[in-house]
This record gives sequence, C-alpha cells and structure tokens, in this order.
Amino acid sequence: MIAVGEKVLMRGCEAMAEAAIRAGCRFYAGYPITPQSELAEYMARELPKYGGVFIQSESEIAAINMVLGASVTGTRAMTSSSSPGISLKQEGISYLAGCELPAVIANFGRGGPGLGNIAPSDADYFQATKGGGHGDYHNIVLAPYSVQETVELTHLAFDLADRYRNPALILCSGLIAQMMEPVEFMPLKEEKEEKPWALTGARGRPSMVIKSLYLQDVELEGHDLKLQEKYKEIREKEVRVEAQHLEGAKLVVVSFGTAARVAASAVEEAREGGLPVGLIRPVTLFPFPRDFIRKAAEGTDRFLVLELSGGQMVEDVELAVRGRVPVEFYGRMGGVVPSPEEYLAEIRKRL
Amino acid sequence: MKLVFDRPRSMRDKPMHFCPGCSHGIVHRLVAEAIDALGLRERTVAVAPVGCAVFMYEYMDFDVTESPHGRSPAVATGIKRSRPDLFVFTYQGDGDIGAIGLAEIISAANRGENFSVVFVNNTVYGMTGGQMAPTTLLGQRTTTTPRGREAKTEGHPLKMAELISGLEAPYYVARVAVDSPAHIARARKAILRAFQIQVEEKGFSFVEVLGACPLNWGLSPTEAIKRVQEELIPCYPLEVFKDKG
Repeated sequence: MIAVGEKVLMRGCEAMAEAAIRAGCRFYAGYPITPQSELAEYMARELPKYGGVFIQSESEIAAINMVLGASVTGTRAMTSSSSPGISLKQEGISYLAGCELPAVIANFGRGGPGLGNIAPSDADYFQATKGGGHGDYHNIVLAPYSVQETVELTHLAFDLADRYRNPALILCSGLIAQMMEPVEFMPLKEEKEEKPWALTGARGRPSMVIKSLYLQDVELEGHDLKLQEKYKEIREKEVRVEAQHLEGAKLVVVSFGTAARVAASAVEEAREGGLPVGLIRPVTLFPFPRDFIRKAAEGTDRFLVLELSGGQMVEDVELAVRGRVPVEFYGRMGGVVPSPEEYLAEIRKRL
Repeated sequence: MKLVFDRPRSMRDKPMHFCPGCSHGIVHRLVAEAIDALGLRERTVAVAPVGCAVFMYEYMDFDVTESPHGRSPAVATGIKRSRPDLFVFTYQGDGDIGAIGLAEIISAANRGENFSVVFVNNTVYGMTGGQMAPTTLLGQRTTTTPRGREAKTEGHPLKMAELISGLEAPYYVARVAVDSPAHIARARKAILRAFQIQVEEKGFSFVEVLGACPLNWGLSPTEAIKRVQEELIPCYPLEVFKDKG
C-alpha cells in the first residue's frame, strides 16, 4: 500500500479508486466505458485485497442496482462511469434518493449528447445537479479540478453520502480521469459507520423495510418534505467554494472542474498583467455557493462564466446574481478544452 | 388441545390486499414456512418486486427492501455479495423477470449468484390492469392483445425455467403450481429445496410458480384454477429441470 505522505504519480480515475478503498468502500460494480475503465480495472485488482467485492456488471443499470443492494446492508459502495453510462444509472439514483440510501457515483464526463465522443466535457451539470432521474430529489455533487482534489473529494463524498443518507456524485471531465499528477493519499479508514437503518436481518430487533413507495398522496408528500428538509440542511452546511483575487476585481470569473483549472491559469496571468480579475470556483455544485456569489456581486462590475458546455452552471450564477450585474458566458463544447490564452482573450474583451 | 396449524412466525397477523383467488397469498405462506423451517427469519433480507407483491413487507416479518422494476437480481447480488451470511431471495412476477429485467435475471443466474428466486407466473401484468406479459399464452386476450396473443407479432410464451436451466451455473431450477393441495405440497418442497441450496452455499436456485390472476383473466377463482390446470400446465410443464444434487 502506498504510504501516507508519499507522493506518487497517478491518473485521476485510478487515484479515485485508491481513495475510495481508503475511505472504506468495500463494494464496487461497474461496466466498461471510456475514458474511465481504468477505475474498474484498479478496483478489480485492489478491492479484493481489502475484503471488498468487485463486480463487472451486465449493464450500467445493473451496476447501480448492485450498489443499491450493497448499500441496503450498510456497506460503503460506489460505481463509476462516463456520461452515456450515467444516463442509464438515473433510475437507480432516483431510487437511492427515494430510499435514502448512501452511495458514491463518479461521472467522468465526455462529449454528448448521444454517443458524442470520448473527449472531456462538463455538459452533464444539469443532469447531476437538478435531479437527473424522476421525482423531487438532489444528489450531493462534488467537482474536483485536480487529481489531489479528486482524492480528497472522494473521501468527502463517502462521508457526506453516509451523513445524509443520500447519493453523492463526483462530477469531473474525462480529462481528470486520464490526467497524471503527483498525489498523496489519506490513511486507510478503519472504523465503520453506525448504520442502524441497514438491513442485516431482524435479529434482536423488529424487522425493517427500505422503500420509496408511499401510495397515499399526503404520506408521500410527508416523505418528500423530509427530503426537502435534508436538502435545506445540506445547502446550509455543506457549501464548499474557493476564490482568488476577488479584492478589487472588476470582473469575476466563475468556473468549475477542468475549465476552472484552465481559468485559474488565465486569471493568474491576467493579474500579473495588472488586470482586475478574480475567480470563484464552486467545489460543491449541489449545494451551489449561491450566497457566496450573491455577495461577490456586490463588489464587482460583471461575471464571466467559463464552462465546458453550452451554458449550464451559468443559470445558477444568474440566479445567484439576480440581475445586479451582467453575467456573461463563454463555453466550448464537443470535448474542446480551451487554452489559458483563449480564456485570457475572453477576459481581456470584457475589461 | 394440540395446535396443528398456525400462522408461520415469518408472517404478520394482517389481512392481505390480494384479490379473491389470487395465488400470491399461498406463495407468500410457502415462502414464510420455508424460512421458518430453516430458521432463517433473523438473517433474511428479501427483495420485493414492483407489482402486486411489492407489499410483501406488509405481510412478512423479516427485513425487506424494494427494488426498481426488474432489477431485483442485481439488488440481491449487491446484498448477498456484501453480506454472504445473510439469506437473500427475490420475489418476482412475469413482466418483472421476463421483460424489463431479463438481462438482470439471466446475468445473475449465469454468474451462479448464491441467492434464491421465487418467480410467480400468472401470464399477465396484474397491478397495471392485465396487459400482455412475456408469459401470456398464445390466443390469450389481454388489454394489450385484445384479439389474443399472436405468435407472428408477439412471439411465443417465454419459458423462464427452461431458459434458466439451459445455463451452466444454476444449481436448482423447478416449476411448480399452486392449483391443488397436491401441487401446493410439491411447491412447498421445491421452495424449501431452493432455500436449502442457498444455505449450503451451493449457488443459484430458481422456482417458477404457476399462479392465477382471476381478476385480470376475467374468471371466477374456481374457473381460474381450472385454467391453470387446463391451459397453463400444458404450456408450462411442472418439472424439476435441474438439480445438481
């Protein structure tokens, strides 16, 4: 096992697999799909060494339902895929949310819609943050922008999923799956979470049921209200956001994931050139740092949202800003990842 | 006086919602009896289907989880693999297992997962109001085959027990019926055998149970039983298709 504090060079999706094992994940089910099949391969090789279970499922649909089954017993479980595969998992994710079962799902996004291509994209933002499947629910959504942060957010995803009994989704582009960076790991988690709700047989307690079916309307509304209360608590307690150079910034760039990585370079370069530009990087996409952006709107002239999509997170930025200052957008699609120079040119145009 | 017949410990004292003449009540009881007989109640986690039997947890006194429609074998795989000490079974209907969940059941059976399947075949979608199932008989009128099922357009009745027994991995595959006391006694034995195989960690066990759905067949309970005997059993022979011993 890689020692704690030791720096190793690893690609993002393999680092996520290693982090998941250290976070106590003992069940993984997945179906091969580019650009993240190495995660499943890593799990197949490593997970059994820790007494965990790896299953190559017959489909993405089966994978998420195997994860649901493992979660029913209180086992920390995850699946991973890329955009088209995540679409197939939506039924299961809705059931996880409805049954209040924790699970970690990783989406290494690729270009879409349809079969699209295998190049990096963040165009699954709507799907990840607004529900994705049927019914009133939210995933907890975390968006790393480096391999190191992928490791840290993988631990956090398992903790938050258990704390709130809710699916947690790690959303990052396929670039992070394949990008190799030096990374350090956290210690192996030894202690197990207390899960009195888990189904492990009715020994010494009344039998229990895990379900999302409530046939009576007011009964289901009661369950839905309970879920809404949970999302409210998540919104209040779990927002994570990073900001740079907001002081005196006439223009604030808002960006997440891979685009934010490029944007950070562009903003640094702009600042070195004396341009008054700042950066806000949402780390949690749900909960979205709405209040933080609202507050930033009081001290700047305009926002520029940079995404690897046709414009998705920009809608949440607009909601946060509420028309106080202009919110502009620049996005590339189809798997195109802009250079810092391209972003810098967009920043310059607006100052 | 000696008590000779009582409610199984694994069942709750609760009136069932099933229609008169429905077979689910009998099959529920046979499952509960087998779990009692093997002393499994306190380590059972069952997977309830989508359909009439979703309320299994209202009548059974052991742990039950719901599953999305057709996905029960995947859910059961997740439960059993992460906790091999638990006793796990799925309870599925014909649309669940033979249509929307065909990939999940074939794949779980082919992996030889060590859980049991109780499959109730009543040749029709019950809860949604009597549409054609993959097991609907040729000529059978349903709300979506108003002129009767035709082989040319809807294909032939899907014989799940034969299909599963054609795979290498499954350990025990049988088809039974609950239309008569003699057949119920054989069904009881088959379910017990299937569950015993799991307890002995021998692998995948599968029991198809031919049942009646009088409401959606447009028949009285007695006519429905007659239909099981005269139409279902000739199409779906009652056999132990596979028992590795």
